[in-house]
Amino acid sequence: MTDWIDIGTLADLPLRGSRTLTLAGEPVAVFRTHDNQVFALIDRCPHKGGPLSAGIVHGHAVSCPLHNLRISLATGTALGEDAGCTPVVPVLLAGERILLARPVRAAA
Amino acid sequence: MEFLDPGSTLADDRPAEAAAPAEAREHLVVIGNGMAGCRAVEELLARDGTRFRVTIFGAEPQVNYNRIMLSPVLAGEKTFEEIVINDHAWYARHGIELVAGDPVVAIDRAARTITARSGRTTGYDKLLIATGSDPFIIPVPGHDLPGVISFRDMADVEAMLAAAFDGGNAVVIGGGLLGLEAAHGLTLRGMKVTVLHLMPTLMERQLDEAAGWLLKSALEARGQTILTGADTAAILGDGKVEGVQLKDGRVIPAKLVVMAVGIRPSVKLAREAGLAVGRGIQVDDHMVTSDANVLAVGECVEHDGQCYGLVAPLWDMCRSLADGLVARANPYRGSVTSTKLKVAGLDVFSAGDFSGGEGCEDIVLRDSARGVYKRVVLKEDRIIGAVLFGDTGDGGWYFDLLKKGEDVAPIRDVLIYGQTFASGGGLADPKATVAALSDDTEICGCNGVSKGQVVATINGGACSLDAVRAGCKASASCGSCTGIVESLLALTLGEDGMQAGPKTMCKCTSYGHDEMRRAIVEQGMRAIPEVMQRLHWSTPDGCSSCRPALNYYLLCAWPGDYVDDQQSRFVNERLHANIQKDGTYSVVPRMWGGVTTPQELRAIADVVEKYNAPMVKVTGGQRLDIFGIRKEDLTAVWADLNAAGMVSGHAYAKALRTVKTCVGSEWCRFGTQDSTGLGIKLERGFWGSWMPHKFKMAVSGCPRNCAEATIKDFGVICVDSGYELHVGGNGGIHVRATDLLVKVTTEAEAMHYAAAFVQLYREEARYLERTAPWIERVGLAYLKARVVEDEAGRDALAARFWHSQSFSQDDPWAERVAGADASLHQPLLAAAE
Repeated sequence: MTDWIDIGTLADLPLRGSRTLTLAGEPVAVFRTHDNQVFALIDRCPHKGGPLSAGIVHGHAVSCPLHNLRISLATGTALGEDAGCTPVVPVLLAGERILLARPVRAAA
Repeated sequence: MEFLDPGSTLADDRPAEAAAPAEAREHLVVIGNGMAGCRAVEELLARDGTRFRVTIFGAEPQVNYNRIMLSPVLAGEKTFEEIVINDHAWYARHGIELVAGDPVVAIDRAARTITARSGRTTGYDKLLIATGSDPFIIPVPGHDLPGVISFRDMADVEAMLAAAFDGGNAVVIGGGLLGLEAAHGLTLRGMKVTVLHLMPTLMERQLDEAAGWLLKSALEARGQTILTGADTAAILGDGKVEGVQLKDGRVIPAKLVVMAVGIRPSVKLAREAGLAVGRGIQVDDHMVTSDANVLAVGECVEHDGQCYGLVAPLWDMCRSLADGLVARANPYRGSVTSTKLKVAGLDVFSAGDFSGGEGCEDIVLRDSARGVYKRVVLKEDRIIGAVLFGDTGDGGWYFDLLKKGEDVAPIRDVLIYGQTFASGGGLADPKATVAALSDDTEICGCNGVSKGQVVATINGGACSLDAVRAGCKASASCGSCTGIVESLLALTLGEDGMQAGPKTMCKCTSYGHDEMRRAIVEQGMRAIPEVMQRLHWSTPDGCSSCRPALNYYLLCAWPGDYVDDQQSRFVNERLHANIQKDGTYSVVPRMWGGVTTPQELRAIADVVEKYNAPMVKVTGGQRLDIFGIRKEDLTAVWADLNAAGMVSGHAYAKALRTVKTCVGSEWCRFGTQDSTGLGIKLERGFWGSWMPHKFKMAVSGCPRNCAEATIKDFGVICVDSGYELHVGGNGGIHVRATDLLVKVTTEAEAMHYAAAFVQLYREEARYLERTAPWIERVGLAYLKARVVEDEAGRDALAARFWHSQSFSQDDPWAERVAGADASLHQPLLAAAE
């Protein structure tokens, strides 16, 4: 079963913006789009590892601050002519609370 | 250039000819200065411009405006001026007398006269009644309290805007088209809106249950409260509205109640005049009433037992009416109507009958991920109804098939996927789709313009979107058909024939940079969403190309007033530092004119050690760059630098970067002037000003040019007799040496010219255009004409620059140190291991 972690409220995120946290050692960028939807990606552009959390958020996409690749927030894949994919982190909006899925670790 | 009346939708718009003196013509009196009355007159004038002398009486004080666009006015997306269909010039040009604000109160058919409220009596040869409809007010207790209004005319919109001015609660009674548009507008205006709807689903006359439910969810997500099955018992309040009580006892507080439960044909005048009246004024196929000299058109009529409350039937009725008046047979056969909800971002379409029943078959497509619901109802292989939610692109096509009664059996399997798929295109080719539309397909629902009319306008010489809008009004109202009109332009003229407009800013808009800036200033637009709305952006919130550009254009246009949108800035300008390839930042404090002090150097050294900066480097702009600072540490670094008196160097910004200097006459044996001092003055004066792109200056103390002033955006070369001012240099990929703008004799003049030049660049260059390509584009002669030869213009430019600067010289670092936008630098959660 997915273990959901409460990471804060919608109001903690800037509209059309992003904030970051570290989850199981991985940098995670949590995005809030113009229509108040929330998405989360590993904060690393598939191109050169740029911090997607610092990009401009438009529609349901973010433009990487380093070389302007557009990444789909829903799928993590590069849009347009570019290729590549960054992992999506499952995220839920429960009322105002944002819940992030804790990664499932392989049984020891 | 000939002035095209934006209100004219018909080709023949010549002034009334002087052939027959006006007083000798038959007198046509029109009661009702609305969409139906005026359209009927337009149609008539297009057929015979000389037969009638026309007088139009209107109850409202305005000229004819587009009533269906009141919703965008309420929502703040349009101004009243933008929805005017016929301006005063139109009435004047056709010799039409407009009596506005004086409603007709009686018709004397025997004497063939009408009497207005003012007592004015006018004779007629032909009378046209176009009184439209009246809002239905439910006769519950309290319905006449101040604060209870309908949503029918401009006065209602003004009343709603006045009520919404300081927020509060509003109740909209009626969850139909009009009610939902009112609720949407009031929500955007800051009111907390509850919609009360008697039936179990919204817009039940136009939508089926599934689409009604999707619509309800979408509106609730936008912050409205929707109560279905809500039966109003009373409107409460003492002297003014305070709330609405439902029959189940619930009370909803409200200071404004909008009744939008329906409309009724306005027939009082006709009934009192003894005309045959059923639900509406009864008319024949050419809109003639029971009196051969009296016609009626629009929402006030009943034709073949039907009354219409939508705009599309008007266009058909007016054509039949005008043809009848010039003795040409063109009987009106009733209209099948379709509906589109004008709520930004919500696509809802419905047409025909979808109530189901015997012999009806449904084809349904649902795509929950995209929020799309499509349902087409067939009977005997013909479309009889369609409901679309979320993707209404094929609404016009389904509606066309429905009206024509076409046999859809051959394409039945793919019908639901839309026209492109059904016509075998497979992959979407919007142009093929548009090409396949028949000539009488309605392209612009707001203004009733068909494909044939748009093509005729284009063939008549309209080679651009704006020209088409001016010529036939297609796409000039809500703009949802802009893409189709553009396709028609391309199809009709071929790609080469289209007026080579300036390149668009990005894929989100059809506007180029220059048009965009002009529109922002001329239309007084003051926020990014407003620009996107009014200029018909194709994306909900733009992209990383257009948003920073718009943010800059608005900032430049409205200094001190526009609130910078941080989320529309590139990360460097948001975090006031330069992002590096590893995601850390570099920090460059300002060193005025490249001069520093032991105290500053010590503070920088301390920061480098304290935050373990892996590198500190001297830049090409004569200052120091501290590398490898983490986002979380930026505020602390700035605090330390601020404490030593240093401010942001804007090394990250589309703004003044640095002013490079040589030591000049103070030390150098060749120096002719105090180049260092002038450099510091320039940097002190110009720092903080946002520009289309980065902007570099330099001052060299003699023509040996040690400060490399001739590859800067603005460079000064000091000579014995004064200062040579150079512009447009660049040391980038394409090295460009400056052009000499002018030579001046004093520092003050140098500063003044610099301000004028910079302001011209700020106002006229495109976003991300350096001065070098800008000057290549507009030419040095143009710059000289504006900055050198036009003294008053130069003074005005400089004045605007210094005005703008009075708002821009706040150190962004100090603001962050003081606590602004702290969340930008902090992780959402310390750790979520």
